[in-house]
Amino acid sequence: MAEIKNYTINFGPQHPAAHGVLRLVLELDGEVVERADPHIGLLHRATEKLAEHKTFLQNVPYMDRLDYVSMMVNEHAYVMAIERMLGIEVPIRAQYIRVMFDEITRILNHLLWLGASGIDLGAMTMFFYTFREREDLLDAYEAVSGARMHAAYYRPGGVYRDLPESMAHYKESKVHSAADIKRMNANRQGSLLDFLEDFTNRFPTYVDEYETLLTDNRIWKQRTVGIGVVSPERALALGFTGPMLRGSGVVWDLRKKQPYEVYDRMDFDIPVGVEGDCYDRYLVRIEEMRQSNRIIKQCIEWLRKNPGPVMVENFKIAPPKRAAMKENMEELIHHFKLFTEGMHVPEGEVYSAVEHPKGEFGIYLVSDGANKPYRMKIRAPGFAHLSALDEMTRGHMLADVVAIIGTQDIVFGEVDR
Amino acid sequence: MAGGGRRVDADPALVMVSAMEKIINFFKSFLLLELLKGMSVTGRYFFARHITVEYPDEKTPQSFRFRGLHAQRRYANGEERCIACKLCEAVCPALAINIEVAERADGTRRTTRYDIDMTKCIFCGFCEESCPVDAIVETRVYEYHGEKRGDLYYTKTMLLAVGDKHEEQIARDRALDAKYR
Repeated sequence: MAEIKNYTINFGPQHPAAHGVLRLVLELDGEVVERADPHIGLLHRATEKLAEHKTFLQNVPYMDRLDYVSMMVNEHAYVMAIERMLGIEVPIRAQYIRVMFDEITRILNHLLWLGASGIDLGAMTMFFYTFREREDLLDAYEAVSGARMHAAYYRPGGVYRDLPESMAHYKESKVHSAADIKRMNANRQGSLLDFLEDFTNRFPTYVDEYETLLTDNRIWKQRTVGIGVVSPERALALGFTGPMLRGSGVVWDLRKKQPYEVYDRMDFDIPVGVEGDCYDRYLVRIEEMRQSNRIIKQCIEWLRKNPGPVMVENFKIAPPKRAAMKENMEELIHHFKLFTEGMHVPEGEVYSAVEHPKGEFGIYLVSDGANKPYRMKIRAPGFAHLSALDEMTRGHMLADVVAIIGTQDIVFGEVDR
Repeated sequence: MAGGGRRVDADPALVMVSAMEKIINFFKSFLLLELLKGMSVTGRYFFARHITVEYPDEKTPQSFRFRGLHAQRRYANGEERCIACKLCEAVCPALAINIEVAERADGTRRTTRYDIDMTKCIFCGFCEESCPVDAIVETRVYEYHGEKRGDLYYTKTMLLAVGDKHEEQIARDRALDAKYR
């Protein structure tokens, strides 16, 4: 009798369901996965080392490029680390703006996740629906920062600029008539806050639509229920955070457990799963989008009523206003010092973590008192989740590997850094 | 959430599906109800107004803070703004800017070389933020290309040409954003 051997295949790095540049070496027995060995590092850009050679300000845009689907939350962890070391209090309005954009980012991330894992599992249309909503939120990103993705909007000491009081409009073209354009611009007449409020009013209906398409759909359930089950104990032991941990039924959310910024003033709930399978994690993420929507609403209401500064008035940390810089010598000197030498952060070390859409995203920063970090370590949630891929896929079918990669919400910008 | 009866935030005791419900669900599964409900969403959108923006005949709205292709600006009298202070070169995180300086015949300090390598640039906008005379700006232009790699190496003349072409728009955008900065 011939010897029966397991079959080893390469999954990725060019596979469309590998979410970027994941290379998996799969050992198969027929169609059953015996072992999954993730090979990472194809998107390694040495961000941690690079940070040691750049001033504290120059590192901000590099944070966007870690997890490139939740840009502002990465920045948040970084600027918060610096602020803690400097021991400064961020203006309250800036804190509300940050919380609002953190939640916008969470919705952006979960929408991309929903669309992408929909495609992975054969629900092609999801992608079109979720990208329609992403367009509105990316417009909000562009309105505040000038970039649709890599915003560089959060700065040590606050946020760069206040929210704009006008939104960009569609212009007339040969495709759309004046009447059409008027209708398309209906929600763009007021400020950014009006635009976002209109979005938050529409968004729950959209989530209902996603749920109509997926939640009860038998194909979706056949592909997700009972797949990649992780018990709460294992989830904790494997270092899971975020929706991956909550999907297993562990009540853990940094926004509640160690509130940062103004999350302690927000009214929201944490959804928790029961079974710990892909379906539960899907339900958790759907509910998180609804809760984020609630938080955004509360922020809009507060931001409308309370104008104020969005940056600390400390010229050793934040540059002075441009008008002042152009007229006064002292401000000009501060301006030059800040953009060449940058700020100095006192000696010490700090770990600051935020509830990233994917889990706990942390920045561990060591400073020797210079204008650059002495060492920076990035705690990426995706790395811990990917390490558990072998345990989660073992014994499942080859097609379920795709479902599990999807449910882990892997982004290689942060895994490889 | 009818079908499975599982709720994300529910107590495990409530999750138990009764035997009766199981039988009902079994017969329901032959009716393809949930698939038809999903199809009705698709059907509704089939007849709904299209939201597609037909680029390049029309474009999506663009914020006045948009950070696109760089430009060098001039004063109204045609004199270039840049005074070669090199702040942008110093702050550029990607080291994309290259500047050389010399004194001009009239005694003013000017750049003899001002290059931005667009293949290195990460479009963070720090050069514009740091410029004390609003000389280097990021415009709304995002449709530019190079047929060779070197075409994306923008020299001073190229940057000034971009500035001359879009000066009106640039000035309008800066005026709109002035109160926030």
